[in-house]
Amino acid sequence: MIGLQHYLVVSAILFVLGVLGIFINRKNIIVILMSIELILLAVNINLVAFSAFLGDLVGQIFSMFVLTVAAGEAAIGLAILVIYFRSRGTIAVDDVNRMKG
Amino acid sequence: MIHVFAFYLFACIMIAAGALTIFARNPVHSVLWLIVAFFNAAGLMVLLGAEFIAMLLVIVYVGAVAVLFLFVVMMLDIDFAELRAGFVDYLPFGVLIALVLLAEILLGVGIWQAGPIELAQRAAPAPTDAHNIEAIGALLYTRYIFLFEAAGIILLVAMIGAIVLTHRARAGVRGQNIDSQNRRRPQDAVVNVNQPVGQGVEL
Repeated sequence: MIGLQHYLVVSAILFVLGVLGIFINRKNIIVILMSIELILLAVNINLVAFSAFLGDLVGQIFSMFVLTVAAGEAAIGLAILVIYFRSRGTIAVDDVNRMKG
Repeated sequence: MIHVFAFYLFACIMIAAGALTIFARNPVHSVLWLIVAFFNAAGLMVLLGAEFIAMLLVIVYVGAVAVLFLFVVMMLDIDFAELRAGFVDYLPFGVLIALVLLAEILLGVGIWQAGPIELAQRAAPAPTDAHNIEAIGALLYTRYIFLFEAAGIILLVAMIGAIVLTHRARAGVRGQNIDSQNRRRPQDAVVNVNQPVGQGVEL
């Protein structure tokens, strides 16, 4: 039977894939943002799994707030990306440190 | 039996789609694999009995966030081949970090002993006689109403912030000035002239 541990392992694998995505796509900030979404998805699966197996609804409530923050973060991140691309013509994050100030 | 099969189906497809998201050559494909991963995560949530969160995942993640990514990827004219230049260099180090992290998490999960959980200490026990959505609504709009409103404010700030960041005032565009249009009166605009014969019109 499928227990809590199965869900925890699945979400751990997804979390690690997200971290790996941040490491190997160092220059492509769009894929970095997608990796962050994967990480937050793994966290959500964790929260909902604990919520379901303990019979406590607070985990699902908290997962909704994580979802909210993920949506806001994606919107702001992509807006910053768009204005960065507009001023520099590239999205390589290697030379973001020129944005001093 | 069907539950076990569905779990492994959703979990395997989700992990495969997550891997393809970060390894795909073309970011458009990355976004599409991300959508597949979100759908299968929603399936997992349905298996867990959290139908509301599952529908929220489909609506918010697939309907809003992934489409936003798709817009940005397709709108910006980016040379993606150049951005993948360091991919192979970073790969061994990244895989090493990922394996260490995975081993640590799995070790943690493996030795995790919840012990006797005090089920009486639960913050909000799930009711057995109500549906998932009903129970979440009853909880969200009573005990967590301030947190819920704070989440709404976060979304509002994110929306306004995104608009302010990306809005650009173009020079040389003649926009409509509604205020001056409304302030204009007939006596300012229209003149009645008793025009004498044989003289030029004064404008």
